[in-house]
Amino acid sequence: MSTNRQAAAVSPWRAPVLFLILAVLFVLEGTVRNGMFSGSWNTSLAILNMGLISAVAALGVNMQWGYAGLFNTGVVGFLAIGGLAPVLVSLPPVEGAWAAGGPRLILSLLVGLGTLALARIVYARTRRAWTVALVLILGFIAYRWLFDPAVTAIEANDSARTGNIGGLGLPVLLSWAVGGAFAAAAAWAVGKVALGLRSDYLAIATLGIGEIIVAVLRNEDWLARGVKNVTSIPRPVPYEIDLQQNPAFVDFAARWGFGTAEASGIWVKLCYLSLFLVVLLGIILLAELALKSPWGRMMRAIRDNETAAEAMGKDVTARHLQVFVLGSAVIGIAGAMMITLDGLMAPNSYNPLRYTFLIWVMVIVGGSGNNWGAVLGAVLIWFLWIKVEVWGPGLIGLLVGPLPDGDIKAHLLDSAAHMRFIAMGLVLLLVLRFAPRGLVPER
Amino acid sequence: MDILNALVAFLNFVFIPAAAYGAQLALGALGVTLIYAILRFSNFAHGDTMAFGTAITILVTWGLQSLGVSLGPLPTALLALPVGIAATALLVLGIDRSVYRFYRAQKAAPIIFVMASVGVMFVMNGLTRLLIGVDEQRFDDGARFLIGVRDFREWTGLSEGLALRSTQALTLVVTVVTCAALFWFLNRTKSGKAMRAYSDNEDLALLSGIDPERVVRLTWIIAAALMTIAGVLYGLDKSFRPFNYFQILLPIFAAAIVGGLGNPIGAIAGGFLVAFSEVAVTYPWVKVAGYLFPGWQPGGLLQLLGTEYKFAVSFVILIVVLLFRPTGLFRGKSV
Repeated sequence: MSTNRQAAAVSPWRAPVLFLILAVLFVLEGTVRNGMFSGSWNTSLAILNMGLISAVAALGVNMQWGYAGLFNTGVVGFLAIGGLAPVLVSLPPVEGAWAAGGPRLILSLLVGLGTLALARIVYARTRRAWTVALVLILGFIAYRWLFDPAVTAIEANDSARTGNIGGLGLPVLLSWAVGGAFAAAAAWAVGKVALGLRSDYLAIATLGIGEIIVAVLRNEDWLARGVKNVTSIPRPVPYEIDLQQNPAFVDFAARWGFGTAEASGIWVKLCYLSLFLVVLLGIILLAELALKSPWGRMMRAIRDNETAAEAMGKDVTARHLQVFVLGSAVIGIAGAMMITLDGLMAPNSYNPLRYTFLIWVMVIVGGSGNNWGAVLGAVLIWFLWIKVEVWGPGLIGLLVGPLPDGDIKAHLLDSAAHMRFIAMGLVLLLVLRFAPRGLVPER
Repeated sequence: MDILNALVAFLNFVFIPAAAYGAQLALGALGVTLIYAILRFSNFAHGDTMAFGTAITILVTWGLQSLGVSLGPLPTALLALPVGIAATALLVLGIDRSVYRFYRAQKAAPIIFVMASVGVMFVMNGLTRLLIGVDEQRFDDGARFLIGVRDFREWTGLSEGLALRSTQALTLVVTVVTCAALFWFLNRTKSGKAMRAYSDNEDLALLSGIDPERVVRLTWIIAAALMTIAGVLYGLDKSFRPFNYFQILLPIFAAAIVGGLGNPIGAIAGGFLVAFSEVAVTYPWVKVAGYLFPGWQPGGLLQLLGTEYKFAVSFVILIVVLLFRPTGLFRGKSV
């Protein structure tokens, strides 16, 4: 932030060279087979795909932090709520689920939201706490009266296979935009409350909303089957098995000298890769255009000196809300892309350390305030996060080699997997202190 | 008789668990609030530091148990607690020196401190995993119950039983002692007064010759003690799982903010408020209602919210306070 900015100019070649090094790492992963790299293009592209999704999420965080100085610790929640979109949009409708309780469910949710809105209006008009409390209690009773039977009916409907409300059967690519909208709505609700107060209140409130969204996904079986997981979410790209049975593709693979199985995997991943690249570059383009506009200059002015910007007549809280919602929408898009890539919605996999704070490490390392920096940081940190799992045990083995055999040595060898957290924490602390502008600093 | 039964059910399932949980939250929130008062940032590493202190205490407890040392009816962990506190204090002092002191000298924005504390949280989390792994550990020993369900029933002749686990009683006793010691220190000793002066007005405190680094060191040592005690009590009462200690961060923050960040009395009140609301909202009241209104057959469990959503309660409390009284019930600080 403004207090830690280094004045030194940075070579214009820095970003291209760093991206080149990154590309070399992925080529090595794809071609060289030794103790450090797998030598498989499938692995290399799989890491790259997830890296690109992380890059989209990192762009969202970068909008909030780099351009407005907002600390969002609920990234995991916005990713998760974005991930809900492919389930609700692209899955085929569940037979009988809508008839079992769909309208009643929608009505109950409307009643719930309506109660909150009504409470707000009543409070604004009367300023009497007990009237508001009465409205809330009555609304809650009405909500539960509508909600509980609807949920029971929906969950009872073929509960072994589905038991949820089902999707709309629309194309999965559409769900990426819907995921962004879901996350934006959640962000608006949080931001409306927590912005404009002390800066760490937003951090604490987003931490809460993150945990709550994940808890909802885990426990509301009618929504996305909870911990029973939703599998076989439709894909925007061909399936490997179809490719392998397609004679034209088999020919094509043979001409390039690949086995059919390997080639089909690579082909699918390249399809995903191009989709992700389109989204990523589109978001970067929009972000860069916005930042070069008067709006972008205003955002930076607010970030660097809120008081001065306020004195110039800028509504700081409203602009913060705006950029917070936009950034969260981008994170939501990333969440939807992640579920589309996995083809699986597993709420238990949403771990805040992995999904919130790792994205933060990516942004800080890459260079907060610079979109290309965020992308670089995301792909690089993701590559390292995956590879450290492979390299860690080897490294620990080397380090504890001189120790005598025994419990301690065995324990240390076993806990190599946990080293990732220490390593990432150290990376964050070191970069924050010694290079607060990151690898590719803001211009 | 039915009213007595209802009262006993309420005490057994709501009051006693909430009181013990509230005491644990209060100790945690006291640590958060102290760090906020002196260092002026919300410490995100709090939960994971609690886990670290508890992990050390558990390891020492196991060591003592294998040596055959025990405290009779009390858990052996109490003997190990000072070691846990000392180790945690050393660690947080080291972290303050290597991480936070730099930003203090720079007078960095509070949010930079918060971010650094997230980095510390990562490291702490990794250290705890390294020490003890991610699995659930139980380390309570000694007497399990002060009052058993069956004894209570035989003794009173009521149909509803009441159990008071020794860990719950211990939590309350230890919390009272700790809070008394803390307030004595803050109000009566020279160092405590220096800390309060520094918290109220940094410049004035510096002018009157208070050594800021000494105040900061004291704060970390006290916070480490509070964190370890809170963590060990929580672990004894429930069980030790490192991830739970990350999750408890939200109720602790809610408690500290409800009471007003930087206000120790507020932190204690906030801890109990959050705990009682959480338990009351997630408890199925059907049993109590059955005693109070014998003729009534409610359709459901009379549970306002599933236990899975207990964190939503702290969140809602947090939101309500932020909306209506951002400085907290007891007027904390604002930056």
